[in-house]
Amino acid sequence: MMSDPPASAGLHIQTRLQRTGFVLDVNMRLPGKGVTVLFGPSGSGKTTLLRVLAGLEREAAGQVCAGGDVWQDSARGVFRPVHLRALGYVFQEASLFDHLSVQDNLKFGFHRTPADQRRHAWDQGLHLLGIAHLLERMPHQLSGGERQRVAIARALASSPRVLLMDEPLAALDAQRKAEILPWLEQLHDQLDIPVLYVTHSPDELARLADQVVLMEDGRVRESGPVIELMARLDLPLAHGDGAAALIAARICGHAPSDLMCMLEFDGGRLVLPQTRTTPLPTGTPVRIRIQARDVSVSLQKPEQTSVLNILPATVVDMVDDGPGQVLLGLQVGNAGQGTTANTTRLLSRISQLSARRLGLAPGVALYAQIKGVAMVR
Amino acid sequence: MLLTASDLQAIWLTLKVATLTTAILVLVGTPIAWWLARTGSWLKTPLSALVALPIVLPPSVLGFYLLVAMGPHGPVGHWTESLGLGHLPFTFPGLVVASVFYSLPFMVQPLQNAMEAMGERPLEVAASLRASPFDTFFSVVMPLCRPGLVTGAIMSFAHTVGEFGVVLMVGGNIPGVTRVVSVQIYDHVEAMEYGDAHRLAAVMLGFAFVSLLALHIYNNRSMKFAA
Repeated sequence: MMSDPPASAGLHIQTRLQRTGFVLDVNMRLPGKGVTVLFGPSGSGKTTLLRVLAGLEREAAGQVCAGGDVWQDSARGVFRPVHLRALGYVFQEASLFDHLSVQDNLKFGFHRTPADQRRHAWDQGLHLLGIAHLLERMPHQLSGGERQRVAIARALASSPRVLLMDEPLAALDAQRKAEILPWLEQLHDQLDIPVLYVTHSPDELARLADQVVLMEDGRVRESGPVIELMARLDLPLAHGDGAAALIAARICGHAPSDLMCMLEFDGGRLVLPQTRTTPLPTGTPVRIRIQARDVSVSLQKPEQTSVLNILPATVVDMVDDGPGQVLLGLQVGNAGQGTTANTTRLLSRISQLSARRLGLAPGVALYAQIKGVAMVR
Repeated sequence: MLLTASDLQAIWLTLKVATLTTAILVLVGTPIAWWLARTGSWLKTPLSALVALPIVLPPSVLGFYLLVAMGPHGPVGHWTESLGLGHLPFTFPGLVVASVFYSLPFMVQPLQNAMEAMGERPLEVAASLRASPFDTFFSVVMPLCRPGLVTGAIMSFAHTVGEFGVVLMVGGNIPGVTRVVSVQIYDHVEAMEYGDAHRLAAVMLGFAFVSLLALHIYNNRSMKFAA
C-alpha cells in the first residue's frame, strides 16, 4: 500500500471504519489554518471522523497526519494514543472536571504540556473568551455558555496543533448560542491552527466556516470554500428554507445621517443599515449573507421602489426547488464571456409561475432586488 | 455507664480489625472495582457474582471455607507455612484476611457504581488534555468517584465491626487477639451478664446509627454539590 508523504502543515486523514450498518470512508486534507466545518445530517459520520482524528476510535484503520507529525499509520503499525496527540477537543456538552475550579480546569492540560511545546500562557484564552472573572468558580456555578467557553479555553491552553469542536453550541439555547458565537468568531481571527468544527446549523456554518466538508453516509460528498459550496445548486446546502449566498465584501463608506454603511464586493455595491454602535472602519473585510428568499428578480430596472439594493445580474443556472418553487443561480457583475472573475454569485428563490412568465433561462439578463442583507462576520 | 476492661479490650481490637480491613479494602477493592467497571470481558459477570457472594452467604459458610483454606491442610495454609508464617486461623492477621473477604462487596459495589456512572467522557477529556491513563486515574477518576469511595469505606468499616459468624469460625474467641465486640456480647449473654451485654450492645447500636447517619449526610452533601 502506497502511503502519502505527510503534509508539512495542515491535516491529512485517510481512514476506514466499519460499524454495523455504517461505514466511514474518508480521505481528506485540510489547510494549516482556518475553520473547516464538517456539515451533514446526523448519522453521516461527522463526530466519528473527529473521534478517529483524535485517536478515540482504536479500531479505525488508516492514516492521520497533523502538522507534519504522523499520529496514525495503520500500515506501519503506528498508533499514537490520544494523550500523545497535540490536539484540543471540545465536546458537545462542556465536560469540565466537576472537582476542579475553572482555573484548575484551565491549567489541567497546560501543566501536562511539555514546556518546549507550550506556545502560549495558560491564561491566554481568558480574554479571548471573556472568562477572566470566572477563575475561582466551580463548574456547577457556571451557565451553559460559560462552561463551554471555559472548555474551549482549556483546550487551547494545552497548545494544540489542531482544535476539534463537536457541535459545541448544540446543547445551548438560542440565547446562549448568541452569547458565545461572537467569541468563536473572534477565536477564528486569532488562531493559527486548523479548526475542525462539527455542526448541522446553517447559521454557524455561514458565520464560522472558511472551508466546508459535506458529509453524507460516512463519505465526503464535496469539500471546498464555503462561499462556493453554499451557492451550488447541485448540493444540499443551497436547498431548504435557509438557502443563502455568502459574499466576501469590504466596508467602503458610511452614511452616518442615514445610519447606513456601504459595502463593495466583486461585481457590485450594497448599502445596509448600520447595526453596530461603533461603525467598522472603512476597508474592514466582512462576510454578508443574502437569503435566496430575500432576492426577487425583474427584467426591467425597477424604479421608485423602497428596495435599496438592486443589482444587474445574469441567470447562470436554475433548478426546481420544492413545490412550485425554482431556485436561480445568478451572477452579479459584468465579466467577459466564460469567466467568473470579478463576479459574485447570488441565489434567488421565486415561484415556477414567475419564472415561466418572465421566460427565465440561463443567460437571461435581469435585475436582482435584494430585500435583506445580513452581516454574518 | 461502665465498661469492663475486657469490654474495652474488645472495642479496641474491633476498631483495629475494622481500620486495617478498610485500609486493605481501599487498596484491593479500588483496582477490582475499576476493572469491573471498565472491562468488556465475559469474566465480568461471574466475577461480579463472586465478589457479591458474602452479601448472601451465611457468614458461617464463608468462615468455614476460609478456615479450611487457611488451615494446615488448605492451599493457603500450605503457602503461609512454606513462607514460615505458620497458619492464619485463630490469629489476628487471619481475622483481618477473613474480614477483607467478608466486606469486599461493600467496598467494591459503591465504588464500581460511581465509576460506571462517571462514564467515558471524563476519561476522553483528560486524554485530549494530554493526561496518560495512569495520570487520569489519580487526577480525574478518583476525585470524581470520591463519594463512592467514602461510601464504600464507611460501609466496609461498619460491616466489619458488625461481623460475628466469620469471626467465630476463623478467629475463635481469644481475648485481645480475636475476641471482638460482637463475640464479647455473646459471651456476656452466655454468662447471663445481661447488664454488661446491654451496655456493650448499646455502644454497637449507637455506632451503627452514627455511621449510617454520617453516610447519609455525606451523600446528601455530595449530591447537592453535583447538581
